Amino acid sequence: MNDPMIEVRGLRKAYGRHEVLRGVDLDVRRGEIFALLGPNGAGKTTTVNILTTLVRPDGGTATVAGIDVVRHPGAVRRRIALTGQYASVDEFQTGEENLVMMADLAHLPHRSVRRRAHELLDRFGLTDAAGRRVATYSGGMRRRLDLAISLVSDPEVLVLDEPTTGLDPVSRTQLWDVVRSLATDGTTILLTTQYLEEADQLADTIAVLADGRIAARGTASELKALVADDKVRVVFDDATSLAAARGGALAGVDGLAEAEADDKQLTLTLPSSAPVHTIREVLARAEHGGLEIAGVSVVRPTLDDVFLALTQRPAPQATPNRTPQETRR
Amino acid sequence: MTTTVTAPTTETPGRRTGAPRRPSPLRDVATMTRRESRRALRSVDGLVTAFALPVLIMIVFVVIFGGAIGGSTGGDYINYVVPGVLVMCLGMNSSSAALAVSQDMTSGTLDRFKTLPIFGPSTLWGHVVASVVRNLTSAALVVLVAVALGFRPDAGVTGWLGFAAFAVLAVVTFTWISAVLGLVMSPDAAGSVNMIFLFIPYLSSGFVPVETMPEWLRGFSENQPFTPIIESVRGLLMGTPDGATIATGCAWLAGFLALSLVAGSLLHRRRTAR
Repeated sequence: MNDPMIEVRGLRKAYGRHEVLRGVDLDVRRGEIFALLGPNGAGKTTTVNILTTLVRPDGGTATVAGIDVVRHPGAVRRRIALTGQYASVDEFQTGEENLVMMADLAHLPHRSVRRRAHELLDRFGLTDAAGRRVATYSGGMRRRLDLAISLVSDPEVLVLDEPTTGLDPVSRTQLWDVVRSLATDGTTILLTTQYLEEADQLADTIAVLADGRIAARGTASELKALVADDKVRVVFDDATSLAAARGGALAGVDGLAEAEADDKQLTLTLPSSAPVHTIREVLARAEHGGLEIAGVSVVRPTLDDVFLALTQRPAPQATPNRTPQETRR
Repeated sequence: MTTTVTAPTTETPGRRTGAPRRPSPLRDVATMTRRESRRALRSVDGLVTAFALPVLIMIVFVVIFGGAIGGSTGGDYINYVVPGVLVMCLGMNSSSAALAVSQDMTSGTLDRFKTLPIFGPSTLWGHVVASVVRNLTSAALVVLVAVALGFRPDAGVTGWLGFAAFAVLAVVTFTWISAVLGLVMSPDAAGSVNMIFLFIPYLSSGFVPVETMPEWLRGFSENQPFTPIIESVRGLLMGTPDGATIATGCAWLAGFLALSLVAGSLLHRRRTAR
């Protein structure tokens, strides 16, 4: 298992007086899917830009396949490919022309350029659209083409910077399938995301980046255990029932002591390590006490909870990453 | 009893070797040239600028203004004005490089190119080569339409070859100037670089003789680069080439080209630096 593909030690980078990375350590094993999870401004894009040789670090070391990214950027570039936050494909060219162009620029042997382009179009379900200009493609198709382009030179490591930001749920699921199939074929994948669900779905290992440092790392379930229990949210029909529930009608249900009530929404939210059990208890006691309940739901930990738990401070608003500054650097 | 089994490491044969690929600047420039040709020829805007506008400008000058202006140029106005229109069109047609370079700088495309083992300024040279091909085609079209309208050039084979060579130098220079402007301008601003090539030629001897201009303007008009450039084309096409004028025109073009080559290479390296 000890076969590192990416090794990062004490990575630091500042833009002016703003320290973006304050000593990041990462180990990505060969063939795994590794997710770098963090909110806007946490340093995700800066980290991947350093790994892909686009940005020079101020301190620390980073190696890809054992090769130093600062000393041998050319050799690193031959092994790593980046798919950025925005599909960087030419709208005025067709999907096939975009792929052929990148295969030419990657200096593939002339005779294999077209074959490689067609292989990739086929793999990403773009064969039917191959002859159409990218201007007519949907957002999901552009991302798939972008990903296909990244794979032209068959990189050992694929870096995906927020690959599904801005995609609809169907396109997102399709892209996840593609990423999984790449990993199955042996490509090491480093992806950044601000969605816990995405990291949960895809990654073997997750590292949480907050404030320029790795706040935690582990598998999805390890992180969830670190973070917080699931919660059970009970919605009441009226304020009287909510008051009664708090007044003792639910006495004996685990987690009631830490429950949070919302008088406007008429909800009571209880932490729970066994949500099904808690729901059963709540319903049984409500029935017994004559409480009017409108609904019950399970609330999974959110990215906000992860950050609250790991950094002990409120998470920045997790909005889609649309700040051009972060990518342009 | 436990048996330890070591799984064999599977390597895909022939792939992922990461072997250094030889640099091939010519292939890179050829690829970029194809890209730029597609960009220019696939937009209505690009087609209009490259082919419709030059012909329309010439028709406007010959058919509409020609009658009124004609007297002051001695002889057929069409023979006087076509060289001016040609040079103006070469400039405007080259200036689309500014917008294209500027758009590339602000899109993710540049980051993608940066991670490839390509010859650094191949994008810029792609613009230049595509521009030369586009411009020569466009100039041929303008000349053909002009001949249909009554233009009677008086150039031999040497004259035409001289014109072609001079036009290539002009287009390379104009395209490099535009590319440099594209490197420092936002796409919005870069879209108006064609105005430089549209208006400055009007203040030369291209459309009316300098002597007919107000006195305060003549100093500029006689000495600005477009006057010797247009006069060189006029001389070559009308069979009256003047060595000194052509030398001055070439000197202006070579000077601007050298400046933009240096500035462009430095700026491009800085914009694509890590």
